[in-house]
Amino acid sequence: MKDFILPDPDFGTPAWASDRTVTLSIDGFEVTVPEGTSVMRAAAELGIEIPKLCATDSVEPIGSCRLCMVEIEGRRGTPASCTTPVAPGMKVHTQTPKVAQLRRGVMELYISDHPLDCLTCAANGDCQLQDMAGAVGLREVRYAPGANHFQTRQNGEDNPRYTPKDQSNPYFTYDPSKCIACYRCVRACEEVQGTFALTVEGRGFEARISAGGSDFLSSDCVSCGACVQACPTATLQEKSVIETGTPDRAVITTCAYCGVGCSFRAEMKGDQLVRMVPWKAGKANRGHSCVKGRFAYGYATHPDRILNPMIRNTIDEPWREVSWEEAFGFAARKFRAIQQEHGIGAIGGITSSRCTNEETFLVQKLIRQVFGNNNVDTCARVCHSPTGYGLKTTFGTSAGTQDFDSVEQADVVLVIGANPTDGHPVFASRLKKRLRQGAKLIVADPRRIDLVRGPHVRAAHHLPLRPGTNVALLTAMAHVIVTEGLTADAFIRERCEIDAYQDWAGFVAEDRHSPEATEALTGVPAGDVRKAARLYATGGNAAIYYGLGVTEHSQGSTTVMAIANLAMATGNVGRPGVGVNPLRGQNNVQGSCDMGSFPHELPGYRHVHDDAARGLYERLWNVTISDEPGLRIPNMLDAAVGGTFKGIYIQGEDILQSDPDTRHVASGLAAMDCVVVHDLFLNETANYAHVFLPGSTFLEKDGTFTNAERRINRVRRVMAPLTGMADWEVTQALANAMGADWAYAHPSEIMAEIAATTPSFAGVSYDLLDREGSVQWPCNAAAPLGTPIMHEGGFVRGKGLFVVTDYVPTDERTGPRYPLLLTTGRILSQYNVGAQTRRTPNTIWHAADMLEIHPHDAETRGITDGCWVRLASRSGETTLKATLSDRVSPGVVYTTFHHPETQANVVTSDYSDWATNCPEYKVTAVQVSPSNGPSEWQQTYAERARAARRILPAAE
Amino acid sequence: MTPEKLTYMANQIATAFARRPEDEAVAAIAEHIDAFWGPGMRAELLALAEAGAPELSPRVARAAHLIRRPQAA
Repeated sequence: MKDFILPDPDFGTPAWASDRTVTLSIDGFEVTVPEGTSVMRAAAELGIEIPKLCATDSVEPIGSCRLCMVEIEGRRGTPASCTTPVAPGMKVHTQTPKVAQLRRGVMELYISDHPLDCLTCAANGDCQLQDMAGAVGLREVRYAPGANHFQTRQNGEDNPRYTPKDQSNPYFTYDPSKCIACYRCVRACEEVQGTFALTVEGRGFEARISAGGSDFLSSDCVSCGACVQACPTATLQEKSVIETGTPDRAVITTCAYCGVGCSFRAEMKGDQLVRMVPWKAGKANRGHSCVKGRFAYGYATHPDRILNPMIRNTIDEPWREVSWEEAFGFAARKFRAIQQEHGIGAIGGITSSRCTNEETFLVQKLIRQVFGNNNVDTCARVCHSPTGYGLKTTFGTSAGTQDFDSVEQADVVLVIGANPTDGHPVFASRLKKRLRQGAKLIVADPRRIDLVRGPHVRAAHHLPLRPGTNVALLTAMAHVIVTEGLTADAFIRERCEIDAYQDWAGFVAEDRHSPEATEALTGVPAGDVRKAARLYATGGNAAIYYGLGVTEHSQGSTTVMAIANLAMATGNVGRPGVGVNPLRGQNNVQGSCDMGSFPHELPGYRHVHDDAARGLYERLWNVTISDEPGLRIPNMLDAAVGGTFKGIYIQGEDILQSDPDTRHVASGLAAMDCVVVHDLFLNETANYAHVFLPGSTFLEKDGTFTNAERRINRVRRVMAPLTGMADWEVTQALANAMGADWAYAHPSEIMAEIAATTPSFAGVSYDLLDREGSVQWPCNAAAPLGTPIMHEGGFVRGKGLFVVTDYVPTDERTGPRYPLLLTTGRILSQYNVGAQTRRTPNTIWHAADMLEIHPHDAETRGITDGCWVRLASRSGETTLKATLSDRVSPGVVYTTFHHPETQANVVTSDYSDWATNCPEYKVTAVQVSPSNGPSEWQQTYAERARAARRILPAAE
Repeated sequence: MTPEKLTYMANQIATAFARRPEDEAVAAIAEHIDAFWGPGMRAELLALAEAGAPELSPRVARAAHLIRRPQAA
């Protein structure tokens, strides 16, 4: 890692884990390290830095550059310290006249084929080659000019070895003329990212790094940036550094994209962000990142950002820019007037899974204390609410059971309804690393996701189930495990409710649940289900990772319970390497749930029926809290259409684009008197808003995010809010305009209130987070440094509860008019509704949503690759372009939902999970037919959106 | 919310508990609705049950007697 400007120590080779230690002497100093550690790393731990070029501690050493050679007493020659493991009693000399001379000779050779344009080079001051030349005392290069890779012309002719810079990737360049062929990029691509996009062409002097023979953009490269980070020279260089120069300070913060919650060093120059570099000490990502976190932050300074508050009386008026005071006064008057006329419960709010814990806590506090009701909900309603219900019922808490490190000890991994390489890329890289070490993989997904077949990764079983049949498949797996006697009986006896288990075991053992009996429903060959079930039950540590392909179904909660049943029946809960792991979609969806964003739950998942919990807040906030659950998002919209719900405050959420049945959402919003949207951009929901409060990005505020492993990570302000106010300040000012007297001066004070009132957060403070880097809740007196693994001694609910999971087919059925099943998902380069990633160069990879359709289904409909198609369901229709793919089975079509023009949710149905009303996004019966272009709805929608976004020129 | 949708949602809950013995299922339905449904939705459901809405599953109709009475907002 090029970190000479802002050092983040590089130990040269990865840490080695061993129970045994070895003591040796290096330059006369004694050091004790785990057996297997390299001499280079042992020296680094003493603070002795051995010169190196090809070694870095993110990848295994190859001993190619020979710069790190040392002398070892009693050994011949000068071994490379990066590939030499320590031995007891070894005496190492890192600097002798002999190695000094040899190193200078090595450097001289390197420099003989390297341009000497250091002063104008983008890596100037941040180049390991430059630093090593200094470190070894290189003073002259004696080689006469000859064959080389850096001169464009030689002897009056084009230099055949020269290759021009590859600038095809939007974020970094590849300049072969500066390459020293150290293979660090190739190894990073293989070992860290697991994509194997890079290779080396040619041998010896002809060796050049190649993206598989094409340019970077058209190669397999996923632009994760691991190679750029590994490169010791300017060969792979961030364009932002080329444009801006080297950064001068670094602030540790947390990515605001997916639920992996990667830690980053935001490297700054003044208040300008130069680059984001994943932080090696980050416990979720361990120094890795994806294209979104590392590169796609340009939305923060995109011209579309709204920086001034705006108001209007009706949504057909243009927006009027006003002062913050005027906007708060306007919203407060409208909200209070609505409550006067229609009752206290006629307004509510939606918290954001994009914002910090502190901001979310304040929004629910605003609603419970200042609005005086429980009408608060959050976008988890439409993603992981079934996880909350299902895991709470079976295990006693909605918490995912593991940390991400746990995957390093898994022997069998079952991925169901998730596409980690696209949705949770850094976790996927960690998973693939484990799979390359020999762990087995089972994928249950209607689509052949990348994990099924990738470089050096093969799923042992892909179960391509028909959308909507998760419960049937999982119950069939349970049938195999129970009837073939593969259950973990001791675990069950000790840890679970035995009556419920026996009831469940009897249920799943019924013949109608056998793989053979359910094959007709799921479409998965019975033999494959049996093999997969046996592997899961008997293959060692078995872990389940799942996503929205599990939850967003009418039986979402049932599926989560079926997953929990499988884990309990095989004893795969309560230790590293196993567990039930929900992959959360958004950066802080875990946190927004923790912070009391649901209408029936106070912070810490305490039901509003809980008198003690309510009493705590009632005393602190000096208010009466209703013991009745408030309205959920769909209920708010229904009530709005019915005329009893009139005002809403929506922070960082685009419900018009992300929630089901777009027309229903639109009519609900249109029926309200005061819609306040608090966001970075005029999103789709803002077309129906009366007040727009400009939001701030994660770079502009302090706070915390909680990722999918319950890890509370600090978000640190690296630049001042462009609008003048961080989001928590905006909520506070709105509350105060409505009569509250909040006086938080810093988010740490909000965290103090959270900790003081929420048992699972009792030990959390900014001091602790600064000290530890991060902690996983529960963090309290019993677990002062947090809880990496849940249910270690026993289940949170006491005994684990098996729940019978009867398969109930969704009422969303295919038929003659709608014969295909539509399912939806994400793509790597884009993120959710795309509000951020569409405003970055990431669009180069995914400029529009496409409909994946199997060639057979396409042929019978006269659809060709790239043609416009009409996608129609019982709810509505839209148009998009088709792409032919056998990743989907015949009968299934697939699309992403990143672009508002696509309006995929015009098509999705109104069905929802029985327990939580999480919408059934993943199954819609559709028909696909050729089309000429955008549908009427898309056209009128686009016109209306344009009109709704007009802003009056500022008054003179 | 339309009565059809409300009925559909209540019946979905009843289906999820269908395998439980009658009394247990009825109690579970009522408990679930108490925990997750706001007073407005409960009032609408109780009105449907009182009117003897035929589409309501018999167990939901029985559970209606156990469901917490919503107080006037």
